[in-house]
Amino acid sequence: MDLIESYREDLRFARRPIARVLLALLVAGLVALPWFAPDHLVFLATLVALYSIGVMGQNLLIGYTGQISFAQAAFLAIGAFTFGHLRIWGLPFPLALAGAGALAALVGVLVGFPSLRLKGPYLAIATLGFGVAVYQVFVNFEALSGGRTGLAIAKLKPMFGLSAAHTQYYVYLLLVTAFTLVTYNLVSSYVGRAFVAIRDADLAAEVNGVNLTRYKLLAFAVSSFYTGVHGALYAQVLGHIDPQIFNLLESLTLFVAVVVGGIASIEGSILGALFVIAVPKLLADYRELVPIIYGLGILLVLMFEPLGLYGGWLKTRLYFRNWPFR
Amino acid sequence: MAGLLEVGDLSLAFGGIKAIEGVSLSVLESETLAVIGPNGSGKTSLFNCITGIYRPTSGAIAFHGASLLGHTPDEIARAGVARTFQNLRLFHNMTVLDNLMVGRHLHFAKNLAAAALRLRAEEIRHRSRCEEIIEFLNLEPVRKSRAGDCPYGVQKRVELGRALATEPRLLLLDEPVSGLTQEEKEEFGYWVHEIRGRFRITVLFVEHDLRFASRLADRMVALDHGVKIAEGTPAEVQRHPEVVKAYVGN
Ligand SMILES: Nc1ncnc2c1ncn2[C@@H]1O[C@H](COP(=O)(O)OP(=O)(O)OP(=O)(O)O)[C@@H](O)[C@H]1O
Ligand SMILES: [Mg+2]
Repeated sequence: MDLIESYREDLRFARRPIARVLLALLVAGLVALPWFAPDHLVFLATLVALYSIGVMGQNLLIGYTGQISFAQAAFLAIGAFTFGHLRIWGLPFPLALAGAGALAALVGVLVGFPSLRLKGPYLAIATLGFGVAVYQVFVNFEALSGGRTGLAIAKLKPMFGLSAAHTQYYVYLLLVTAFTLVTYNLVSSYVGRAFVAIRDADLAAEVNGVNLTRYKLLAFAVSSFYTGVHGALYAQVLGHIDPQIFNLLESLTLFVAVVVGGIASIEGSILGALFVIAVPKLLADYRELVPIIYGLGILLVLMFEPLGLYGGWLKTRLYFRNWPFR
Repeated sequence: MAGLLEVGDLSLAFGGIKAIEGVSLSVLESETLAVIGPNGSGKTSLFNCITGIYRPTSGAIAFHGASLLGHTPDEIARAGVARTFQNLRLFHNMTVLDNLMVGRHLHFAKNLAAAALRLRAEEIRHRSRCEEIIEFLNLEPVRKSRAGDCPYGVQKRVELGRALATEPRLLLLDEPVSGLTQEEKEEFGYWVHEIRGRFRITVLFVEHDLRFASRLADRMVALDHGVKIAEGTPAEVQRHPEVVKAYVGN
């Protein structure tokens, strides 16, 4: 085969025919979901879709670039309240969404500055502090948070003769698809390589021409954009937001999703989102067990399967591919 | 004649420890210069100063007439200086090919929108450059392997390939053959020789294996306790009384 052709082949999305078939089935299943699934399942799928966006964003930062951050809830809050205010001012949904992401990205760059000096646990603590500060700001400044009553957010208008819930599901499905594709593209480009290079050997990245400042801040900006959009989409689903929603547990939830789903994996991010939506749902009557399951999840992953749920799936696939030889 | 790299009266101290003390040397265009010296004599520190990782206490470093002082390692890489590390620093979780592609990073136009939209003309162009290096260093069998899974000798080659991928004018190799078998050393010697012949890259390398160093180098500089004690042809330097004393005394 011609060399140039083989590069093209390498760079293609979903290279193996079987992957393309599975992907097509998955997309068809998701598009058809509202026809055969009850409404509460469609709602859960909507949540998984929006959480996937935030988890992918956090995975870009934590998993790919190796910058451990605990400021997730702050970016969710910034996204949600920006979105809420912009909607109240009359901006259409897409613009309000973009605004929410953009402001979160901007703040993300500011939060990224300590990452130029701090590493590992020190950075984690600094970002944790930032998260707590933002939480306090929203709790204490009623002009931002809408005070005791919070902010009410208008529902999406039903389109194409669908119900409101189904309209929302399709909009979110479209968005998560777009975010997933862009993420795949980014991580397989020079940007993704720079991120992973910084994580694996920052000094070597630098002497090979990767500008640490630029790429660390870019990682913070991009991940915060995703997380801001997640916050906005969450606000839209809830229809009403107050600062209490965006507490430390919400930061931990996204972190758990990244680690349990699979560090530095897009498929893992989606599985991780599924995990943190499914666990509280399955344990609806035992809420207090949820953090315990999360903690256990992280422990098990770190001990047995560092690549998370996605790593487990890869191994299973390998097992069946080589079957019956092992 | 001013060399490609001019180091003038360079000093570096860590608190009380003087790692480098008033070292001057010049690396001439397209020569191969070896730096030798016992453990802790400041060889790696010298490389770290040149590549912007350490900030010298005093002195000057000029590359192609422009000062490198105060520049970040990535700027120095862009100026055309590449290096390998004494203790390998590979991107372990990337494939061998991707490690080399990071070496191409500084040649990318870096269009974020194009990256997000999967426009890959540039990527393909750079991949073909990496393939040339992969072929040159016999890395084909491992091009898609995780770098961290490769044997030590291969990892050394990958790091050399990554440095070559930046298309440097000056290549710094910190103990390129330490830990290699005799056979691997021979191979490496051939490549370092070819790098100069085929790619016309100036090479500055640190080596403990004096036989290997004198075979490859045009000239040699010896350091001891951060001070330059000898300079000249490999034969001259190895016969120099100070050098003999430094090595025997160790
Ligand atoms: N980051 C640092 N902090 C403190 N001291 C350092 C640092 N880097 C180097 N040194 C000291 O500087 C001196 C020179 O070290 P350097 O690593 O340059 O020696 P070297 O010639 O490369 O030795 P080797 O042959 O063992 O690699 C040593 O005494 C070392 O302990
Ligand atoms: Mg050394």
